Amino acid sequence: MATKSLHKRESDLANSNRQIEILSNGIFKNGELPTFKNKIAESNQFPLQAKKLEILQINVGYMCNQVCDHCHVDAGPDRKEIMTRDTMQQCLEVIKNTGAHTLDLTGGAPEMNPDFRWFVEEAAKAGVKDFIVRSNLTIIRANKKYYDLPEFFKKHNVHVVSSMPHWTRGKTDKQRGDGVFDKSIKALQELNAVGYGMPDGRLKLDLVYNPSGAFLPGDQAAMEKDFKKALKDDFGIQFHNLFAITNLPISRFLDYLIASENYEDYMYSLVEAYNPTAVKNVMCTNTLSVSWDGYLFDCDFNQMLELPVNSDAKHISEYNEDLLEGRNIVISQHCYGCTAGAGSSCQGSVA
Amino acid sequence: MQKTYYDPADLRKFGKISEWNQELGDKFFDYYGKVFEDGALTAREKSLIALAVAHTEQCPYCIDAYTKDGLQRGVTKEEMMEAIHVGAAIKSGATLVHGVQMMNKVNKLDG
Repeated sequence: MATKSLHKRESDLANSNRQIEILSNGIFKNGELPTFKNKIAESNQFPLQAKKLEILQINVGYMCNQVCDHCHVDAGPDRKEIMTRDTMQQCLEVIKNTGAHTLDLTGGAPEMNPDFRWFVEEAAKAGVKDFIVRSNLTIIRANKKYYDLPEFFKKHNVHVVSSMPHWTRGKTDKQRGDGVFDKSIKALQELNAVGYGMPDGRLKLDLVYNPSGAFLPGDQAAMEKDFKKALKDDFGIQFHNLFAITNLPISRFLDYLIASENYEDYMYSLVEAYNPTAVKNVMCTNTLSVSWDGYLFDCDFNQMLELPVNSDAKHISEYNEDLLEGRNIVISQHCYGCTAGAGSSCQGSVA
Repeated sequence: MQKTYYDPADLRKFGKISEWNQELGDKFFDYYGKVFEDGALTAREKSLIALAVAHTEQCPYCIDAYTKDGLQRGVTKEEMMEAIHVGAAIKSGATLVHGVQMMNKVNKLDG
């Protein structure tokens, strides 16, 4: 289990250009596997273009209390990139005027941003239909100052989306660190206690599952059934939906794939599972990702690869929905992660 | 020419068997796909049966394939090992139950 980010370790793979180089060379350069561009061109889906914006996803910082093995953000306690209140203010201007129905706050652990609560309070006033905070659960138990988060989320009608790699301690702790499972269970029970995740309740609690190793997620509906049964039987926990998300081959997951000699097999699995129907609904076509310093990206993954939007509006201060609609999406081989099998997005399967 | 009988990368080429007999290949893969769909047994239960049989058949391709398939379905390593013991128990039981035949023969010849 890593305790430091790739950035802190000064790893070669902390460099986004190096990651893109790896994803463009080898089996993709020698023609063994088709590039993503050629693959989508086969079904006349190139170039991918942005449709009407539905989801505005804001990354408020890369700092996190955990150092998960497969984090695509390379988040951790040693990351200092944190969104300032000034940038948040610029985001709020956009949130007030956006046509998007969903606001999605992510990180890192978004709660660790010192202005997180202020931002949530202000953003909640804008009346966006679905206001998501992606919480890693353990943050709720990490320190006394976070103990009241379930009540805080409830007060602002926040839709909580939380990572939970498995319903067993062993598989969860292997991926996310020792003790994560017990803390996550406690946090879920506390969210349930204030009314989150109840079958007919208005307080939405969804879980995110992503595989603990070099394999793709199984069928989302079947996994949800297994998760619901195990968490209810073992811990009395209830939640609404499970989002099965594929690990994209970037950052720490790419590092893991290469170190464990699984990279080529994993890329084969992604390409073999390519599903043109999933391409129609990939999240970059209805989502915009904002980085901690206010720059705009087609998705959180492109943000981490430092591949900016292909538009004249490149920063939240230049935000213009009309200008951004119809832009060509920036792609590379990591995009196969969103089109494998039933597809994958921050909202789970797409096909 | 490869110097070993098995190459893990050959598993990816399984589908190519149809190239030399499309009709039978298609029929096999249609049948195979149908067998593993949810039915009276769940696809997850079928995956565990396949893993156990993969071991009794000692097919390295099938072991790779159904270990990965199990992981994708959230099957734990404890479940996988128990499934393999079921296969191993039947294999050893099948050997030992023939001991009755040996005993019958001894009793007949030398009883």
